[in-house]
Amino acid sequence: MTATSEQLTDTRLRDAVWAALARVVDPELDQPITDLGFVRLCEVRGGDVGVRLRLPTAFCAPNFAYLMTADAYEAVAGLPGVESVDVRLEDHHDAEQINAGVAAQAGFADTYATEANAELDELRRTFRRKAHTACLERACRRLLADGWQIEGLADLSLGDVPASPEQSGLLRRRADLGLSTSPDSLLLVDDEGNPVPAEQVSLRLRFAQAVRVSIDGNAHFCRGLLATRYRETEHPGEEDTP
Amino acid sequence: MYTKDGENYFIVDGHVHLWDGSDDNCRNIHGHQFIECFYDYHRNLSPEEYVWDYRKFQRYSAEDFMHDLFDVGYADHAIHNSVYLWDFFHRGFARTEEAWQGVQQHPGKLTLNGTWDARDGEAGLEQLEKDAARFGLQGVKIYTAAWHGDSRGFKMSDPWAYRYLEKCRELGIKNIHVHKGPTLRPLDRDAFDVADIDHCASDFTDLNFIVEHVGLPRLEDFCWIAVQEPNVYGGLSVAMPFIHTRPRYFAQIIGELLYWLDENRLVFSSDYALWQPKWLIEKFVDFQIPEDMQSEYGVLTPDIKRKILGLNAAALYPTIKVPGELQLAEAVPV
Repeated sequence: MTATSEQLTDTRLRDAVWAALARVVDPELDQPITDLGFVRLCEVRGGDVGVRLRLPTAFCAPNFAYLMTADAYEAVAGLPGVESVDVRLEDHHDAEQINAGVAAQAGFADTYATEANAELDELRRTFRRKAHTACLERACRRLLADGWQIEGLADLSLGDVPASPEQSGLLRRRADLGLSTSPDSLLLVDDEGNPVPAEQVSLRLRFAQAVRVSIDGNAHFCRGLLATRYRETEHPGEEDTP
Repeated sequence: MYTKDGENYFIVDGHVHLWDGSDDNCRNIHGHQFIECFYDYHRNLSPEEYVWDYRKFQRYSAEDFMHDLFDVGYADHAIHNSVYLWDFFHRGFARTEEAWQGVQQHPGKLTLNGTWDARDGEAGLEQLEKDAARFGLQGVKIYTAAWHGDSRGFKMSDPWAYRYLEKCRELGIKNIHVHKGPTLRPLDRDAFDVADIDHCASDFTDLNFIVEHVGLPRLEDFCWIAVQEPNVYGGLSVAMPFIHTRPRYFAQIIGELLYWLDENRLVFSSDYALWQPKWLIEKFVDFQIPEDMQSEYGVLTPDIKRKILGLNAAALYPTIKVPGELQLAEAVPV
């Protein structure tokens, strides 16, 4: 049996939609919603795309739930060949309100007119900073394992980090924060791009480790709860990084 | 008391519940979703042989409660924390009257903590006075994410929260257990943010702030605050069960906590009936930081475990009497 050209187009568009959804991350967990198992359904018919999202609990924070739903909507709506988008969050205490707000592209502050004072840009930035901190710690941990001394880290450039998952992870988070990704830029910078003085490196990395442990722990929880809630096998996540 | 390998451990379960999540108590879908969410936590992180059926989990008996905590759960003492969630449950989530009966029927075994909500105004302050007189309150449990009409929560740094903290001070209620939950107004802010604890802990240095589940999912923020505020403690509820499902991860949490705080400010709790204390205590006493992490985190000595499992909580609640032979060796007066 040969696929009709219509089916082929649907498949191709579906792949593109899935790839777009894979670029949407849970801001708290810093992992793609596709990898976390949050996309229950992704359906393409002609140019019409339907996406259904689900979360580990009915009480997941509504602001993050809104961000992921809105980000998924935007990621899909921007694709060539997409004529209509219907992204809906399911099984959440605020699903109705969030779905209506996202469909109307109302923005968070309007969707929660009486309960929110502002859009979620600052919240998003807070979690991008945490993600950068955690990724920087992973990269430094790798460098230390490779034989670098902690005293020397302050002088290193981004280009000194060998090609690795740690390097690509760090580059992405730097780009998210608007920090330089050029190989000759300093590796150890704060969230604003300022160099970390050598005498502060040790404490900063120690704290960064706590950030990383916290984010990883949250992800363990969420993956486990989602699997339990929907009676599925846990979606495989990143390996425990001791 | 729990004994293993010749070591004795005085056990205080720092956070337990006697709740009613039964269908007829649920006021709306949110009540159902709330207890279902609890049940998912229970099922996901408990060893299989400790998983209850849903009906029992919704509403277990007072006998189950006493049996699981004291007969098989090794507790010398347990602290019942009341959470009402009136917007979700007709009769309130906590079965305070039954817990109070337990306190009276089993002298020295149970402490009953009260609660307040910063949005209850003057009437709430009066109620707190009455509760303090009736129950002899030494502590309260505050659930900042409770819904209340149109509101989805409050902050511990709100002016009205300060009025309640002043009242606690006046009434001699020293221990403020704070639970950060997922919904809080305004919704454009991070609801799990523990920064408000920083404010109230600096302004009420004579009160103890026990942050439940050690600030998870904001462990790092909790650690940062606790470093600066010596009256901030970490309750280990919710973090404990990782000891079964992800022991290497548990090692990192406990390792971070011991690094940033110290062994005197961590308090064991099962969060019963979310998890059964029996297996948590057995596994914790058997637990050691994996060898490859010891250069970073050190090891858990029996004395550290003794403090976490009971002695630290007993230090916060002077009515909990620790027999001399169960104190740390150096703490016994000569």
